[in-house]
Amino acid sequence: MTNGNIIPMLGVVTDIRTDTPDIKTFRVEALNGGKCFEHMPGQCAMLSIPGVGEAMFSITSSPTLKEYQEFSIKKCGCLTEWLHQMDVGQQVTIRGPYGKPFPVETELKGKDLLFIAGGVGLAPLHSVINYVLDKRENYGKVDIVYGSRSKDDLLDINEIQNSWMDPKNNLDVHLTIDRPQDGWDGHVAFVPTYVKELGFDPNKTVLVCGPPIMIKFVLQALTELGFEKTQIYTTMELRMKCGVGKCGRCNIGDKYVCKDGPVFRFDELGVLPSEY
Amino acid sequence: MKKLPISELNAFFARVAADQKLYLPVEQAGQVDFGCWTEDATVRLDALKTVKSAKGAFFPQVEDMLRFHTQGKNIDIQPTELMNEKFVIFGVRACDARAFELLDRVFMSEPQDPFYAARREHGTVVTLACGEPEASCFCTNFDIDPADPAGDVTAWLVGENYVLRANTEKGEALIADLADSDDDVSAKQAEIRAIAEKLPFANLNLNGFDGEHLMERFSDPKWAELSRACLGCGTCTFVCPTCQCYDIRDYDTGHGVQRYRCWDSCMYSDFTLMAHGTNRPTQVERFRQRFMHKLVYFPSNNEGIYGCVGCGRCVDKCPQSLNIVKVIKALGVKADD
Repeated sequence: MTNGNIIPMLGVVTDIRTDTPDIKTFRVEALNGGKCFEHMPGQCAMLSIPGVGEAMFSITSSPTLKEYQEFSIKKCGCLTEWLHQMDVGQQVTIRGPYGKPFPVETELKGKDLLFIAGGVGLAPLHSVINYVLDKRENYGKVDIVYGSRSKDDLLDINEIQNSWMDPKNNLDVHLTIDRPQDGWDGHVAFVPTYVKELGFDPNKTVLVCGPPIMIKFVLQALTELGFEKTQIYTTMELRMKCGVGKCGRCNIGDKYVCKDGPVFRFDELGVLPSEY
Repeated sequence: MKKLPISELNAFFARVAADQKLYLPVEQAGQVDFGCWTEDATVRLDALKTVKSAKGAFFPQVEDMLRFHTQGKNIDIQPTELMNEKFVIFGVRACDARAFELLDRVFMSEPQDPFYAARREHGTVVTLACGEPEASCFCTNFDIDPADPAGDVTAWLVGENYVLRANTEKGEALIADLADSDDDVSAKQAEIRAIAEKLPFANLNLNGFDGEHLMERFSDPKWAELSRACLGCGTCTFVCPTCQCYDIRDYDTGHGVQRYRCWDSCMYSDFTLMAHGTNRPTQVERFRQRFMHKLVYFPSNNEGIYGCVGCGRCVDKCPQSLNIVKVIKALGVKADD
């Protein structure tokens, strides 16, 4: 389920939530209400403000949400600065969904899942986590390790504490921040170190997303714990223009991240040049 | 076969151009490129290679995609109309004609690119066998026959006449009113092939350039040395008939925003630049990407067909004398390795 159309449609921003000092979550609906299109967890969409720019963002909300789609976006460039300044009611152009989703209905089904995220890297996994919680009976034990620079940079913290941590979900969340901070009595460590300390059973299937350096050390930690590359999935971010494998920008080896990814299993990445 | 005496060429062009646009090699400001036929155009069918390739006929250097009008928080989208008029491109050489087939593999594969597909549907390609392939040509390495190019119509210059063969229905319609000919082009073809065979780059060793050896070619330490002189000017990309990477940009016209796409180059430092940095930080990685794509990644995805057609434009035009032939020679492996 991808859309080959490179001509966008219109959407309207119906809600804006400030998550952290530099991350906001935008709710987008079609002009006549409802979702602009259907998607699966891990797929992306091109959002644009005419005259400012167009970029690929992962769809943060779960497809099980029927009324709208959400995008958690960090302020870090020209377009994202603009998006952070806009108000509710602003129209945007949107096209998608693009890319290969996480295999939630196939390879992940029935498995014990371990989600590992750093910073805004929780955004693409957020969609999968809520999908899993809405179809809880299809999956085994769920663990989430999530870390950020400080407690103020933890994305979706209200949802994590008030919804995900609800005992009925049978889910463990392990939060950590990079260095000690007043008002934080939780764990302090970098994500890869914490993963090693927690010492997970290597039968789990892992979904990891975060800064490239975090992913690199998480992979080392998981290997030490006995995980195989075939058990670990990630989602990648490269510059994209078309979204359909033609403009050439996100090409790595013989793959295009926009259409062959953004979700890859680590054994698939192992045979590609490490240009990401 | 049909026949068109050189003396009647202009009358034929005028007939074609009466009801559709006709593009062919024309000289302007001292250089030959594909341009629109007019009565006073300096047509240069004798020029072996246009400076830029013929790809612009189907994949223009700049192409409008959309127009936006914004008012307050509201946006209005006006899609650009797709090409809906027939046109002819005349005098395409065998290398550029093969390049169309390679571009088809990119733009016509699912999901089809609507802009390219519309141009392809409305265009008729007339190819012209190469009179005299030159030293920088190496198309024969890629199983291209300069004496028998593809296209809707194939033409040969034999003596004082063009001899034309229609290869498709579109081609047949274009040359239907020309006089029949029983001319034999095989002597002419033998002459062209004899020249091509003896060219300096006629026998390149492409062994080891394939998906199976992807990481070996990628990891070759010679890339650093090979790319050292590269200026990152992108000339190779712009003259290349198979380079198809593009950018999408917005332009404020004063009455709205025009979204267009334009040729881009993986040789440029901002090609992959994102807010958090770039995955190809130096010219070594960018240079490697261009050649790896043509010689390894493209064939890996396209049944071994290379993304180069041996036109030799990069050989002729690179200000630093870098080119794909040097790369093939430096990185090629012996058949028994």
